[in-house]
Amino acid sequence: MRVLVAMSGGVDSSVAAALLVQQGHEVVGATLKLWGGPSDSGCCSVADVEDARRVAQQLGIDHHVFNLTEDFEDHVVRPYVDAHAQGRTPNPCIECNRAIKFDRLLDRADRLGFDLLATGHHARVTHEGAHRLRRGADPDKDQSYVLSMLGQDELARVVLPVGEMTKDEVRAWAAQIGLRTAGKPDSQDVCFIGRVEGRQGFLQRKIDFHPARVVDRDGEAVGSVDAVELVTVGQRRGMGHGADGQRHYVLSVDVPARLVTVGNAADAVTSRVRLPNTTMTWVDRPLGPGDRAVAQVSAHGRPAACSVAWNGDSRVVEFDEPQRPVAPGQTVALYDVTEPDAVVGAGIAA
Amino acid sequence: MITYLDHAATSPLRPEVVEAMASARAEPLGNPTGSHRPAQRARRLLEEARDEVAELLGRLPAEIVFTSGGTESANLAVFGTLGAAKVSGDFAADGPVLLSSAIEHPAVRESCRAAASTTGALWAELPVLPSGVLDLDALSEAVDERTALVAVMAANNETGVIQPIASVVETVRARNGDAAVFTDAVQAATFADLSELVRGADLVAVSAHKLGGPVGTGVLVVASSTTITPHQYGGGQERERRSGTQDVVGAVGLATALRSAARDRSEIVTRVAALRDRLAEGLLSSVPDVHRTVPGGVPSLPGHLHLCFGGIEREELLVLLSESGVCASGGSSCASGALEWSYVLAAMGLDEGRARGALRFSLGHDTPGADVQRALDVVPAAVASLRHGA
Repeated sequence: MRVLVAMSGGVDSSVAAALLVQQGHEVVGATLKLWGGPSDSGCCSVADVEDARRVAQQLGIDHHVFNLTEDFEDHVVRPYVDAHAQGRTPNPCIECNRAIKFDRLLDRADRLGFDLLATGHHARVTHEGAHRLRRGADPDKDQSYVLSMLGQDELARVVLPVGEMTKDEVRAWAAQIGLRTAGKPDSQDVCFIGRVEGRQGFLQRKIDFHPARVVDRDGEAVGSVDAVELVTVGQRRGMGHGADGQRHYVLSVDVPARLVTVGNAADAVTSRVRLPNTTMTWVDRPLGPGDRAVAQVSAHGRPAACSVAWNGDSRVVEFDEPQRPVAPGQTVALYDVTEPDAVVGAGIAA
Repeated sequence: MITYLDHAATSPLRPEVVEAMASARAEPLGNPTGSHRPAQRARRLLEEARDEVAELLGRLPAEIVFTSGGTESANLAVFGTLGAAKVSGDFAADGPVLLSSAIEHPAVRESCRAAASTTGALWAELPVLPSGVLDLDALSEAVDERTALVAVMAANNETGVIQPIASVVETVRARNGDAAVFTDAVQAATFADLSELVRGADLVAVSAHKLGGPVGTGVLVVASSTTITPHQYGGGQERERRSGTQDVVGAVGLATALRSAARDRSEIVTRVAALRDRLAEGLLSSVPDVHRTVPGGVPSLPGHLHLCFGGIEREELLVLLSESGVCASGGSSCASGALEWSYVLAAMGLDEGRARGALRFSLGHDTPGADVQRALDVVPAAVASLRHGA
C-alpha cells in the first residue's frame, strides 16, 4: 500500500517507517513544520527535521517537509493561549492530533493518493468489523490517551506500526538497522514551549496575568497568587499549608472573579466530571445512559472505574472511587469496561 | 525519467565545463601563490579565467574578485561597503544607511539584516510595483547623503522580472555620488548580457552554478572606483579583497560557463522564451483557475514561468510533480526545508490565497521541447486530482 509516515525525527516514527518499508509498502516520509518560533523542547526543530530526513535517506524513501505553521497557530497555539486566559488547561498535543495530524495531514495524505497515514504513536489500531483503538504494548509508553478523539473515518486510514512493541524493542530495532535516531532521547514537553521559558514565560508574552485571592472553603483569605491564569485545579505547588499543617490543593479557579479556592487532600476529591456533548467523540458507538466504563484523565494517569450518565447537554462521568479533581479543559478518555485496553471515546472536562 | 524545470535553483554542469575543469586538473596544479611551475600554471589558469570573465562582463580584470559563490559575493558586497564607509568615517550618527529592494534574495536580505544589527547601520527596504519592478520614485526619495549602499538585484530569482539597473544607477548617482550600487546578477547572468544590463553598477554578484558551472565558485565585480573591506582575512589573495587559496578549477569552470552562456546568446534566448511561452500557453489553456504572476509586457528572463494555481496547496502539487519526475519549485525554503511564505510575492501585493498555489518553472539553455511536453502531460492531471480527488 502507499503509506505516508509522519516522521518527527524521533526513534518511534523512524522505526514505524522502517517497519513499513520492510513490509514492502510504498512509503514516503513527511515531517511537519508546525512552530516557527524558538523552541528547545526537542520536537520538530531544524535538527529534528534533519534527523528525520537522514533516516528517510537511510531507508531509501522520499522525504518532504510540510509547512503547517499557520494551521498550527490557528488550531493549537491560539486556542491554548485563549484557554489559559479563561482558566482552562487544554492539552495542546491532543488538539494537534485532532486538528493537524489526523485531520489536515490525513486529508493531505488522501489528496496525494496515499492509502494510509502512519505515525510512531504507541497505540494499536485493530480491525474487528469496526475499527478499534487499543493501548500500546508498552504500558509505560501507551499513547492511546492522546489519540482518544479518533473515530471510524480516521482509524480506517491510520496505521500505528510500533504499537505492538515496547520502547526497548523499538530502540533495539533502530540500533540494529543502524538508524541515526536509535539513541535519541524522547521529547518530553510541548513543542512550542521552550524548556527555559516554560509555560509561564510563553504565556506571559501573550496574555495579561492577573493576581487573585486564595481562599479556603469557608471563604477565609489564606493568600494570593500573582497569576490566576497559571493556576490549575488540583495543583499543590505554591498553595502552601492550612493552619492544621496540611498541604493545600486547588479546588477551583474563577478567573473573572480572580478567586482561587483551596482545601486539603481530603477536600481535593471529586466523584464526577462533566463532559459537554459538544466535546464528545466516539471511536464507534456512543455509550448508553449509565453505561460502565474506565476513565483516564491524563496521559499517564491511573484508569478509574466509572459510570457515564446522560445529563442534558453533557455526559457526566461518575467515578466509583473519589478522584483528584479534573481541571477544565482536560481530556477524559473512556475505555471499554470489558476490554480496558480499548478506547471507547473521549470528552473534555467543562 | 526526470523533467528538470528548476534551472533557477541550479543548472546541470555543461559538458564543456566538465571538460575544461578536467583539463585543468589533468596536469600538476599548484597553489597560485607559489613560485614553482605547477604554481605558475595554476596562476596562469586563474588569470586566464579572470581575463575571460572580465571581458564577458565588460569590466577590467582587476575588478574581478573570485569568491565561493553568490552568497559570499553578496555578503562581501554588503559588509565590505559598510566596512569601507566606517574606515572613511564619512557618516553622521544617523548612518550609514543600507537600502535594498523588498525582493532581494535571502543572501542579500539577510546580509543587510545582520549588518544592520551588528554594525549599527540602518537598513530600509524599497518597495516594488505590483509588476515586480522596483519603484524608482521610492528609490529616488530614499537616497540621501547617509546612503552607503543601494542593493537592487538585476533579475528576481522567483519571478524572473528584470530590474532597470541602468536607471537605478542614474537615480542613485544623481542623489548621492558616494553611494555604492550593488546588484545581485546571479539569476540575470543566465540569459542577459551583463556588460549591458548592469553597466555602471559598482558591485555585481555572479554565481557559476546557475550558468551550468560548478557549485562553489562565484564572482564579485568591484568597480575600480569602489573600495570594500574584506570579509575573509588571511593570505591577502584577490588583491587583499578576499583571502583564501583560490579555486582555480572552479574559476576555469565559471569562465567556461559564462563563455558558453554568451555564445549564441540571442538565439538561445529566443528559443528558450518560445519554449517557456509554449509551456505557459499550454497550462493556461488546459488548467482552469491559473494565472501568470508577472503581468504581460514586463521584462523578464526567458526561462522563468511563475504561476498561481487556484484552490491547491503548492506543497501538495510539488509532491505529485516530483513523483512524476517533474522538477519545479515553490519558492524559498527555511532552514528546515519547509517552504516559506514568499516575501517577494507579498511585496508585489499578491494576496496569501493566491500565493498558496504559487509555483515556479524555470527552463535552462538546453531544455528540450520534450520536457515542455511532459510537463503539459503531467501538470494539468496533477492539479485536477488535487482539486477533485484522484
